Amino acid sequence: MVELSDYAGLKPAWCPGCGNFGILRALNRALVELEIEPHQVLLVSGIGQAGKLPHYTRGNVFNSLHGRPVPPAIGAKIANPDLVVIAISGDGDGYGEGGNHFIHAARRNHDITYLVHNNQVYGLTKGQASPTSDLGFVTKTTPDGAASPLNPVALAIVCGASFVSRSFAGDIDHLSHVIKEGITHRGFALIDILQPCPSFNHKNTFQWYRERVYKLEDESGYDPGDRKVALERAQEWGERIPIGIIFRKELPVYEEQLPALSKGPLVRQENIPARVEKLLTEFM
Amino acid sequence: MPVDFNFMVGGEAGQGVQSVGFLLAKVFTRGGYHVFADQDYESRVRGGHNFFRIRVKDSRVGTIAEPVDLLVALNRESIDLHRKELASGGIAIFDVDKIRDISTGGELFGIPLERLAEEKAGDKVMANTVALGAALALVGYDLNILNAALVEHFGKGDIGDSNIAAAKAGYDYAQSEYKADFRKLKPVSETKRMLLTGNEAISLAAIAAGCKFMSAYPMTPASSIMEYMAAKSKELDLVMVHAEDEIAAINMAIGAAYAGVRAMTATSGSGLCLMVEGMGLAGITETPVVIIDAQRPGPAVGLPTRTEQGDLQFVLHTHHGDFPRAVLAPANVEDAFWVTVRAFNWADKYQLPVIILTDQHLASSYATVDPFDLSQVTIDRGLLFSDQEDDPSKYRRHRVTQSGISPRAFPGLGRALVVTDCDEHDEEGHLTEDAEERTQQVQKRLRKLFSLKQEISAPWHYGPKKAETTLIGWGSTYGAIHEAVDMLRREGASVNMLHLNELWPFLAEAVTDAVSKAHSSYVIENNATGQLASLIKAETGHDVSGRILKYDGRPFTPAYIAEAVRKEGC
Repeated sequence: MVELSDYAGLKPAWCPGCGNFGILRALNRALVELEIEPHQVLLVSGIGQAGKLPHYTRGNVFNSLHGRPVPPAIGAKIANPDLVVIAISGDGDGYGEGGNHFIHAARRNHDITYLVHNNQVYGLTKGQASPTSDLGFVTKTTPDGAASPLNPVALAIVCGASFVSRSFAGDIDHLSHVIKEGITHRGFALIDILQPCPSFNHKNTFQWYRERVYKLEDESGYDPGDRKVALERAQEWGERIPIGIIFRKELPVYEEQLPALSKGPLVRQENIPARVEKLLTEFM
Repeated sequence: MPVDFNFMVGGEAGQGVQSVGFLLAKVFTRGGYHVFADQDYESRVRGGHNFFRIRVKDSRVGTIAEPVDLLVALNRESIDLHRKELASGGIAIFDVDKIRDISTGGELFGIPLERLAEEKAGDKVMANTVALGAALALVGYDLNILNAALVEHFGKGDIGDSNIAAAKAGYDYAQSEYKADFRKLKPVSETKRMLLTGNEAISLAAIAAGCKFMSAYPMTPASSIMEYMAAKSKELDLVMVHAEDEIAAINMAIGAAYAGVRAMTATSGSGLCLMVEGMGLAGITETPVVIIDAQRPGPAVGLPTRTEQGDLQFVLHTHHGDFPRAVLAPANVEDAFWVTVRAFNWADKYQLPVIILTDQHLASSYATVDPFDLSQVTIDRGLLFSDQEDDPSKYRRHRVTQSGISPRAFPGLGRALVVTDCDEHDEEGHLTEDAEERTQQVQKRLRKLFSLKQEISAPWHYGPKKAETTLIGWGSTYGAIHEAVDMLRREGASVNMLHLNELWPFLAEAVTDAVSKAHSSYVIENNATGQLASLIKAETGHDVSGRILKYDGRPFTPAYIAEAVRKEGC
C-alpha cells in the first residue's frame, strides 16, 4: 500500500503562493493512486524552479542541465523500461533551451511523461520573458513587450505526440487526474501545466486562469482522438482556455520498436562473449 | 627480398574507388600479407578527386608510405596528379579508350576498362572491377581469392557473378597484353588476420566491453561507429539512438549510464563542442560515459573529411569548473580496441567521462591485426551498492569516501533511491549551497584522479634506450614515427621514440625522464601549435627542442618525418 507519506521529500524553497506547490501535490497524489512506489519512479528534471521539484518528493532523481531533462529521461527509459520515467521542466527550460528535444521526443513517441510547469515567465532568474509569455508582456528583457508566444500544445500535436494535455496548478483534482492518464498512456505524454507565478507574473494569476479555464471532459462530444479538432482546440487562448486531454491516440512507441528491448530491460541483460567472437570472423 | 608494395586507386567519388581499394586490401590480407590502407576523399558524394592507398608487406605495417608501385587510375586526374609519385618500375593502369591524349611512357598500361566491362560483364559501371582484376594479374596474384571477396562484397547472384566476369576480363587482358616484367606478389601464408578500421575496432571493443547503448549524431569521420552499432543492434541486443543533435546524444547516453548500462557517444570536433555541457554533467553527477572524438581539422567545420590532431588541448579542458576525466589516444587499430575496453572500465570504476581521441586517419584507415583475444577482455563495473548487504534506505549516491569513489546503485533495480544533481549536491544527491559540503564533494571527485593515475601505463618506447634525439608523438602518428625512427637509424642517426596513448591523467615522470635524457627532443604532431608540447611544458616544466607539425589535413608519412628530422640537423 503506497501512501502520501512515502512521497514526503525535502522542504520546498519555492515562494509562498507558488503554483508549483499544487503541481507537487497533484503529482504525489497521482503516484499514490497508481500505487507506484518511489523506487519505481525516475524523476528527471532540468533547471528552473520546476527543476527543483524532484527534491521535494521522493524517487530516483536525475536533476539535469537547463533545457535537458528529456534526453537523459529517454536514455534511462531505454536502459530500463520498467522505470516510470517522468521528465519535469518549465516553459523556459522545456520550450526555450530544450525546444529541439521536445520536438523530437514528441515525434519519436518515447514512453515518458513530460510535465511542463508553464508560468509564462522565468522564475529562477527573476522575471524575464519566457517563450510562452503573452504578446506584449513587459519584463526586464522585453521592455517593449514580449514577442508572439509559442503554443506548446499545438506544437506537440503537430510534432506527432500521442498524448497532449493541459491542466491547471490551481485545480489539483484535475491535474492529478491528467497526470495519471499521462503516466498510464503508452508513449510520449505532454502535460502543459498553467502555473501562476505570484512573484514575477502579475498578469496570469490564479484569478486570471480561474476565470478562463474550462474542462474539455465536461464538453460532451469532444473527441481527443481527432487530430484536426484537437489542433483547432489547441489554438484557443484568451477569454477561454481549454484544459484536459486535448489529443490522445495510440501510436507506435519508440521503445516498443527496439528489438533489443523485446528480451527485457537492457540493464538486466547479460553480455554474451561468444556473440562477439562471431563478429570478429566477419573481418577476416 | 622483403615485400613492401604500394597500390593506389584514384578516381572521382562514385567511380568505386572505395570498393576497389577495400577489395585489394582484403585479398592481400587473405593471402597472409600485412596491410595498411588509408582513404583520401573530398566532402562530396559525386565527383572530386579521391584516392585509396594500400600498402602490402610481408611484415607488420602501421603506416602509408611513398612511392606508388601500381596506380589504378579510374580517371584522367588520377594520372595527372599521381604519375609523379610512381616508383621506378611502377605502373599506372587506365582506360585507354577514355584517356587518349596522354604522353605515353613505359609506366603507362592502357586497358579498355569500360569496353571490357560492357562486353564481358554487361555493364560499363564495372570498369573498376576490370581494373581490379588487371591489377592482380600484373602482380601475379591468385584470382580465386578475389572471386570469393567479390561475392561477399557484392552478394551472390547476378551482381556478384557480373563482377567476377569483369575481374576475369581485366585479369586475362593484363596477363596477355602486358609483356614486360613486373614485381610478383604470391599469397604467402594461411594466417588468418582481421582487416578493419579504427572505427570498427572501437565498435567491436565497445560491444565486447558490454556497451549496450549508444546515442549519436552523424559526423564525419565518426559516423561509421554509430552505423556499425545500429547494424548490429538486433543481433547483439544493443540500442543505437540517432539523436536530434549532439547535445541530446550525450545527454541520452548519460541517462542510460545513470540507469545502469554501459553507454557511449561518438562525434568529431564541432559535435564535441555541443557536447561540452554534457561532459560537465557527467563530471558532477559522476556518471560513466565514453565519448569518442574522431578528430578532423578545425576550427568549426574545417576540413570535414581530413585528418588532424587539433583537439588535444580542447578535450583536456572541455567544460568549466574542475572535475576529473580521462583522455586516451589509441596509437593504431589494434590499440583502438584495447583502449576502448579500458575506457569503459575506467568510466565505470571512476565514474567519470572518458574521452577517446582518434582522428580521420585512424578512424577510416584499414589495418591487419591478429584476431583480438577476447579472453583478455575484462569487464569491471566498479564499486556497486547491494540491497542485500546494506540498508537501501541509507543509500547515499555521493557518499564521501577516502578514494572518492561512492558505490553506485541503479534506479529501479533495488529499493535504494538514486539521487543526483547537476547542481552541487550533498552526499544524498540533493542540491546544496553549503560551503563545507561543496568543498567535500569537489575534493571527493578530484581524489578519484589519484587512483586513476595508478592505472595509466607508461608511454610506449621504441629504439635504443638512450639516444641523441627522441621523437615524441601521440595517437595515430605511431606507425609513421616508428618507421621514421627505423629509416633514420639505418642512416646511422641516434634516434628513439616515445609515444603517448594514455594522455590524461598525465604521467609526468615518464615524460620528464625521456625528455631530460635525450640531447634533443621533438614532438611530431598533426596540428599547428604543438599541443602535446604545451602539455609536456605544463606538466613537466620541460621544453621540447622542437615541433614537427603538419596541419594540411593529411597524415604524416615516415619519409616526411625523417626529412623533417634531418632538416633539424639530427
